[in-house]
Amino acid sequence: MSKARLTREQIAERAALELPDGAYVNLGWGIPNLIAAYVPKDVVIYFHSENGILGMGPRAKAGEEDYDLVDAMKVPVTLVPGAAYFSQVDAHVMTRGGHLDICILGGLQVSERGDLANWRVPGAKGAGGIGGAMDISVGAEKLIVTMEHTAKDGQRKIVKACNYPLTAIECVSTIVTDLAVIDVMADGLVLREVAPGFTPEEVQAQTEPKLLYGGKVPEMALRKK
Amino acid sequence: MNRKDRVFASVDHAVADIPDGATIMFGGFGGAGFPNNLIQGLARRGVRNLSAISNNCGTGDGELGILFKNRQIRHVVAAFPGPGATYFQQQFDAGEVELELVPQGILCERMRAFGAGIPAFYSPVGVGTDVAKGKEERVIRGKRYILEQALGADYAFIKAQRADRMGNLVYRKAARNFNPIMATAAKITIVEVDEVVEIGTMDPETIVTPSIFVDRIVVAKGIHNV
Repeated sequence: MSKARLTREQIAERAALELPDGAYVNLGWGIPNLIAAYVPKDVVIYFHSENGILGMGPRAKAGEEDYDLVDAMKVPVTLVPGAAYFSQVDAHVMTRGGHLDICILGGLQVSERGDLANWRVPGAKGAGGIGGAMDISVGAEKLIVTMEHTAKDGQRKIVKACNYPLTAIECVSTIVTDLAVIDVMADGLVLREVAPGFTPEEVQAQTEPKLLYGGKVPEMALRKK
Repeated sequence: MNRKDRVFASVDHAVADIPDGATIMFGGFGGAGFPNNLIQGLARRGVRNLSAISNNCGTGDGELGILFKNRQIRHVVAAFPGPGATYFQQQFDAGEVELELVPQGILCERMRAFGAGIPAFYSPVGVGTDVAKGKEERVIRGKRYILEQALGADYAFIKAQRADRMGNLVYRKAARNFNPIMATAAKITIVEVDEVVEIGTMDPETIVTPSIFVDRIVVAKGIHNV
């Protein structure tokens, strides 16, 4: 295909539109980590960091870092008004207990029924790491997965059944990729939006399970570059 | 037992009785809240065959890294060993260290259960994944759960900002993380702090870990974050 798929930044920009004002939100590693920068100025999001912060603000400015105030990736951050600290147990009472409004994670594979695989590539070196991903996936009221629609070698990442180690079963609500926005519904995957310039048929060709859509599928709304 | 003064003279005094083969919890997450000075004390003491329980497995020589470098740990329970855990990753790939990988929220909930006298609990996390292998599964009110066992230890090494001489603790910012949970789940909890204050000077409303969970206190200003 010669048409340009969305960049990782644009996937983040589109995903940011899923966040309503005032929401409690956890962002995972990878593309989700880019999303905070795209939250509209009139929207306040209370970001949860699983090491024990609710109300995490932007990265700390150079010279103002406090290494006791870091996110789960060890990055020095700041707080927004209304923020709170708590222990690891409370951090995951919030995730597993279903108290967060929206969680956004990266993905290696998502299945037709909303299973997520995102913590280990089979055969990879090293021990791997689960971190908070399983607790977050199981507990999320609404779980959005942001990822490239296909792997670098062209393999489809939206599949009938995952063959990578699973993070959680039947947990994904919505998938935002460089080609589409897809909702996981009881009767299958519903194609909600396509990337500008792409047709539903082109998205279907890059997706293993059957996508459900009517006649016209709207294009994603993105800011003009 | 002098409960009114649990302050030890030095890090080395505080870890002097830890034997080979001990199971030890280590607080810390994201570089914050690691008991780095106690870890260094354990490295100096040279005990071996340790079982470690920790969110991750070190950053280079820092945090738990030094104990892996010295080959003092043979078994570890962790949620995210970490790409920076050089010595652990080498020994894991070589089959020289055992790893039990646990979802992060379950790692701390298993500790919380132990500290609270709950032997095991049903959890939805990991159902249908590798984490569920070998675990009892049960359907409760129409949903699948697996049985997770409580997790305790001989010692907990933790980091707090301030203690009074009895061991009431407050933490600093995101350096709290696993520390207050581990304090409840070990037979002996050893805390390193930036400062010790007199009993009665801390506001009871703000105490995060009450003294009942703390056995030994040591003031350590050497290594803060790595």
